[in-house]
Formats: sequence, structure tokens, C-alpha cells
Amino acid sequence: MDLINAVIVLLNYTIIPALTYGSQLALGAIFVTLIYGILRFANFATGDMMSFGTMFAVLLTYYFQSIGINFGFLPTALLTIPFAIFMMIFYMLIIDQTVFKYYRIKKSPPVMLAMVSVGVMFVTQAIIRIIIGPTDRRFLDGEKFILKATEFKEMTGLAEGLTIKSTQMITIVVTIIVVAIMFWFLNKTKTGTSMRAYSDNEDLALLSGIDPKKVVLITWIIAGILATIGGILYGLDKSYRPFVYFNNMLPIFAAAIVGGIGNPYGAFFGGYVIAFAEIFLTYAYKRFLVYILPESLEPNSLMQLLSTDYKFAISFSILVIVLIFRPSGIFEGKRI
Amino acid sequence: MRNYLNIIIAYSIMMLLIILVGIFQSWSIALTIFNYCMISAVMTLGANIQWGYAGLINFGIMGYTALGGLAVVLVSVAPVPEAWSVGGVNMMTCLGIIILMIFSTRYILKNIQKSNKRNYLIAGIIIVGLILIKIIAGPAIEQIEAVDPAKTGFLGGLGLPVLFSWIVGGLFAAGLAFIVGKVALGLRADYLAIATLLIAEIVVSIIKHEDWLARGVKNVIGLKRPAPYEIDLQTSPWFINLVEKFHSAKLDLANSLSERQDILNQLVIDASSVYVKLCFAGMFLVVVIILLIITQKALYSPWGRMMRAIRDNEEAASAMGKNVVKQHLFIFILGSAIVGIAGAMMVTNDGLFTPGSYRPMRYTFVIWVMVIVGGTGNNFGAILGGFVVWFLWVEAAPIALFFINLFTAHLPETNEIKVHLINSAPYFRFLLVGIGLLLIMRFRPQGIIPEKIIKQ
Repeated sequence: MDLINAVIVLLNYTIIPALTYGSQLALGAIFVTLIYGILRFANFATGDMMSFGTMFAVLLTYYFQSIGINFGFLPTALLTIPFAIFMMIFYMLIIDQTVFKYYRIKKSPPVMLAMVSVGVMFVTQAIIRIIIGPTDRRFLDGEKFILKATEFKEMTGLAEGLTIKSTQMITIVVTIIVVAIMFWFLNKTKTGTSMRAYSDNEDLALLSGIDPKKVVLITWIIAGILATIGGILYGLDKSYRPFVYFNNMLPIFAAAIVGGIGNPYGAFFGGYVIAFAEIFLTYAYKRFLVYILPESLEPNSLMQLLSTDYKFAISFSILVIVLIFRPSGIFEGKRI
Repeated sequence: MRNYLNIIIAYSIMMLLIILVGIFQSWSIALTIFNYCMISAVMTLGANIQWGYAGLINFGIMGYTALGGLAVVLVSVAPVPEAWSVGGVNMMTCLGIIILMIFSTRYILKNIQKSNKRNYLIAGIIIVGLILIKIIAGPAIEQIEAVDPAKTGFLGGLGLPVLFSWIVGGLFAAGLAFIVGKVALGLRADYLAIATLLIAEIVVSIIKHEDWLARGVKNVIGLKRPAPYEIDLQTSPWFINLVEKFHSAKLDLANSLSERQDILNQLVIDASSVYVKLCFAGMFLVVVIILLIITQKALYSPWGRMMRAIRDNEEAASAMGKNVVKQHLFIFILGSAIVGIAGAMMVTNDGLFTPGSYRPMRYTFVIWVMVIVGGTGNNFGAILGGFVVWFLWVEAAPIALFFINLFTAHLPETNEIKVHLINSAPYFRFLLVGIGLLLIMRFRPQGIIPEKIIKQ
């Protein structure tokens, strides 16, 4: 019985939150990696692009709520996803045409493009703040919990409760669906294959008649879908705040590089690596150890490896370690 | 002379803008902007050494700035004896353990061949060291932080003159740059950018959360100043006499003696803040000029030519027998040290150390915009970039407000769009800086004052 309680504690406080957070990071990391693999630059506007898509979801959610449309027990924000994605892709394509295209055709070095993306980051941030402001916004409605701790305790008779928030379930399910469709698209369809070919060897791909314009267009479309969904899921689970989204760029980068930048599978995996490391290293294990250790060995401190203040620092340290020992990432990077 | 004409013109326009702020807003604001412009210019000089001379991309400016600020606290604040007596020994022991760890790791790296055994040994040393530190430091930190937490709760500094901390700030930053350089300099350019950015985040999060070191997010206020305090100036007779002489015409217009006294008091208060800022401006100007002379000399020395050769073609330079790795590390340390000095200058100017305010937007990306806009590889350009972008960054909100009012003049005061726009005027600075960067990158990628190669 103690063992089951211990497992429940671990599930409740570490595994489920880590899976949720990891899914959100994974979507962002695949976005980074796609841009890096096909358009060949590190996109410093990542966080703000995710924020841009989410902004529309927030505004539309408020609008839908005001005219009385809702999605039953699911959050209204899910209904707004297609519109938000549309706006996001529209914005990305405008940016691509007005800004990135010039440097792509000139074949500027990646650093130049990264620097340009810093400019895009500034502009995007300005637009977001001018439209919606910098404040914290919650736009979650519908059922908050799928399983409440008290219900779980009554059902099983255990001492520890298990809480599953609806946003956690939605995040994990939506991520699985989106990522599955994306991998299917990349691996099985002709367009996906041509994208991978373009990423592997641009010259050869052009030689075999792949249209670079189409590849770039499709990349931005997929990127827009991933960025918007990732952003909305994060916003539903926590809350929407432009500054936080900008900061999220950092663990997302870490996830993409840890997994091997340019490799979507790696990025997907990297998101979970970062999330699990962050949560497992900052969790206070006292409650868990109380159940599995005999009473004489019970710990009197919190048994926390690092304080939660260092959450971000952990993901960055992992990145640094990976960069030193395996610069190409856990999976071989630079392939799609 | 013709070579310098555009530099002179650009600088004159910049000075004119600042003087205009002085006339239309106030001299105090103009001087604040000027001081910050100079601090930014020092940061830009540092970043320009790395990017312009050597092509190294360092997005970790924030971390070095924060370390420079930390140096001010650690050098100038008076030590807290109670904290030292409860936890000093333990913290010093930890420092000893860290040094021991570094040296034993170095010893192993040198004397044992690359193998699994070596990796395990190093991992073992690090893990044992960390556990020891946690055991020794844990209780000590709690005791230190419990010493009068509202005021101190940290070890304090050395109580030395604050100007000394500018040098220490540079040294701290150089030390961090050495570690970062060893770890990350082999990476490709955009990886290096990300790695340095994330390492800077780690540094800032340590400064933020280790309260025993510099009070963390509780901030250190009332730092020493190398300039006189306003309050002292306002009561010292020589200063009042000076103000009286300066404004005698204005004072003579006063009708009665009491009115004259009121005007004089107000003038003295204004003048004292201007005077303090002038003192800072003088000190910063000295630093900027010294750095400018050194960097100019270095740029046109054989060493500078070698750095540009490495930047333009690493393989060729390496084939000519230049040690690329060593030179990269050296220049990385040099540039970072200059950024560290700027960080110390900034905290000295503010008189307070707020670790929570170190954010990548303000301390990395804006500085990079300055470098790109000013002109990469040209020190005059870098300084100008610091001035122009900081000026825009500060004055963007008033400019935006002016234009919003201009374009929405026909709308009523209560119009929702107008109110919303006026409320979001501060965010137009992002827009202005971002669009400025994009335009410069597109139409003048070499910057306002481009790099000049003198051919002999």
C-alpha cells in the first residue's frame, strides 16, 4: 500500500506535470528545429511568435464568450485554434516575404539571419504589447479537473490523491495528435519527403526539381500550426503573459539543441528530457521517501536537490553539458 | 580629415539631440540619458571587440553586466560582521573546496589519459564536492540570511572605494568569459549565441537566488558613490554661492527677499542633481575615452590586423601559424571584461543593485542592436550606436505619444482606440528599435559608420 501511495505521489507531483510541460516544450522545439533545418537559422523570435498566435486565441476566446459560444466542458480556446493558426501563418508569411526572403535569396550566413530574427522579435513583441498589453491573462473555461484528489481518494481508498487537470490531459492528447500527423506528413507524403531532401542537401534537392518556394511555404505553415498550438496549450495550462512567452524561448532552444537541432524526433524527445530534468531535480522528495523508507530512516529535510528557483538554470546546464560532450545533440542533429 | 567627416557629423547630430532634450524636457533628463548612453557605449565597445574584430557572437552580455554589478556590491559595501561570524568560516571552507575541486580536476585532466576511468573520476570529484558543499554551506546560509534580513542578511562586501570595483567588475567578467570561452568557443556561430545566452541566464539566476551573496531579489540599495550626494551639496555654502552667481539675472527679477529665497532653493535642488550627474558624466567620459584610445590602437596594431585576418578567413590565418583558438579566447575575455566594467559603472550610477532587473531583452538584444546599428568593427561606430539606440529607447515613448496625438487629433478624447494607443505608448520603443534594426540590416548592413581598413 505504501508503495502505491509513493507511486501516486510521484505521478501527481512530477510525472504528469513533466509530461504536460514536456509536450509544450516539444511543440516549440519542433518549431525551432524545422526552421533551423529548412530555413537554416536560429529563430530568436520563437517565443514571441508563439505568443502572437496565442494572443489571437485569447482575444477570440473573449469574443466567443461574449457572444455566448462555448465548447461544453472543453475550453472555448480549442475552438479558436483554427482562426489563431490562420492569423499566425498569415503573419509569418508576411514576415517571411518582407524580411527573411531577401537574406535567403542572397544566401546570407546563418548568423545574419539570426540577427534579423532578433529584429523580428522586437517588432513582434511590440505588436503584441500594443494590441493586448503586457498583463497576465487567463482564458481557460469549461471543466477544470478531470479527476480531483478527493474523488480519487474515495474511489481507491488511498491516502494520497491524484489530480488530473483537464488542461494536462488536453495538452498531452493534442500534442500526440499533432506530432503524429506531422511525422506522418514528413515521412509518408511527397511534400514531406521533399522537405527532408531540401533539409539534407539543398543543392541536390534543387537539382531534382523540388520547388524551394513551396518547401519554404509549407515549412512556415507547419511552423505556424506548431507555434500556435504549443502557445495555446501553454497558455491554457498556466496563463498568457507576453514576457513569459519570450522567456520560454530559452528552454525551447535548450530542448531543440539537446535533441539534436534540425532533427524533429530529437526535438520532440528533447522537450521531455528538459521538462523531466527540471521537475525531477527540483522536486522535494520527502513525501515520496516517507512512504518507501522504513520509519527509522525517515528524512528530516525536504530532500530537494535544488531549489525551484533554479528550474531554468537546470535546463541550461543540461544544454551546456550536451554541447560540450555531444555538440550534435542526443540524436544526430541536422537532419529532418 | 575627410575620413572623419561623417563621424563628426554623426556625433554632432547626436549631441544636438541630447541638447534639445535638455532644452525641451530638462537638463537632468538630458544628463541621465547622456550617462546611460555612455554606459551603453562601453558595453557596445566590448561587444564590438568580440563581434567586429573577431566575429565571435556573444549573446551573454547580460551575464557580464550582472557580474560587474555584483562586483560593486562585493567591493564597496561594508562587511556585515555578524554574518561573517555565524557563517564566514563555512563559506570560506566551501570556497576552498571549490578551488580544490578545480585543481584536482585539472590535475586529472593533465595526468590521466582520456578514458572512462578519467570521466568517472571527474564525475566523482564533482559529486562528492557538491555534496560536501551542500552539507557545509546549507546551515551557514540559513544563519547568514537570518541576520537582520530586512537590512542585511548577506555577507556584505569589503568596504573599499567604489571606483575600485569597476576594475574588479572587469576581472569578474573576464573570469566568467574564460570559463564560457573554454566551454563554448568551439561551437558554430549560432550555437555559440544560444549557449552564451543560456549561460548568462544561469549566472543571473544564481545572483538572483543566492541571497547570502548579494541579497538576491531583495536588492542592495544605498551603494557608495564616487560623486557627492545631493543633500550635502544643497547645504554646502560654496555650492549655493555658485548657483547664485550662475542664475543672478533670474534671481534679480524676484520681487521680495522671501521669493528670492524660494527661487534659489528650487534652483539649488535642481542644480545639485545636475551637478552629481555631471560628475558621473565626467568619470564615464574618461572611461570611454581611455577605452576608445586603447581599442583604436589595438585595432590598427599588428594584433588587430591578425584578428581581422582570423575573422575573415580562419583557415588561412591558421595556416599562417596563428593560434586561432587562443586568440579567440583572448578576445572573448577582453570584450567581456569591458562589458563587466560597464556593468559596474551602471550599478554605481544607479546606486542600487537589482538582480531581478537583468533581462535578456534589455541587456543583450538591445546592446546587440547598438553594435549592428552603429557599425561593426568600428569603435566610433560602436559608441555612436550606443548613443543612438539608447536615445531612441528612452525617447521612443514621448515620440510615439506625439505621433499618436497627431494622428488621432480628430478623434474625441474618450475614443477607445485612442485611449488604448496612448496607454501602450511605452511599447513603441520595441517597435522603433526593431524596425530600425531591420532597416539597417537590409539597407546598410555595415552600420551607420562602417568599418574602415587603412591600406598602407
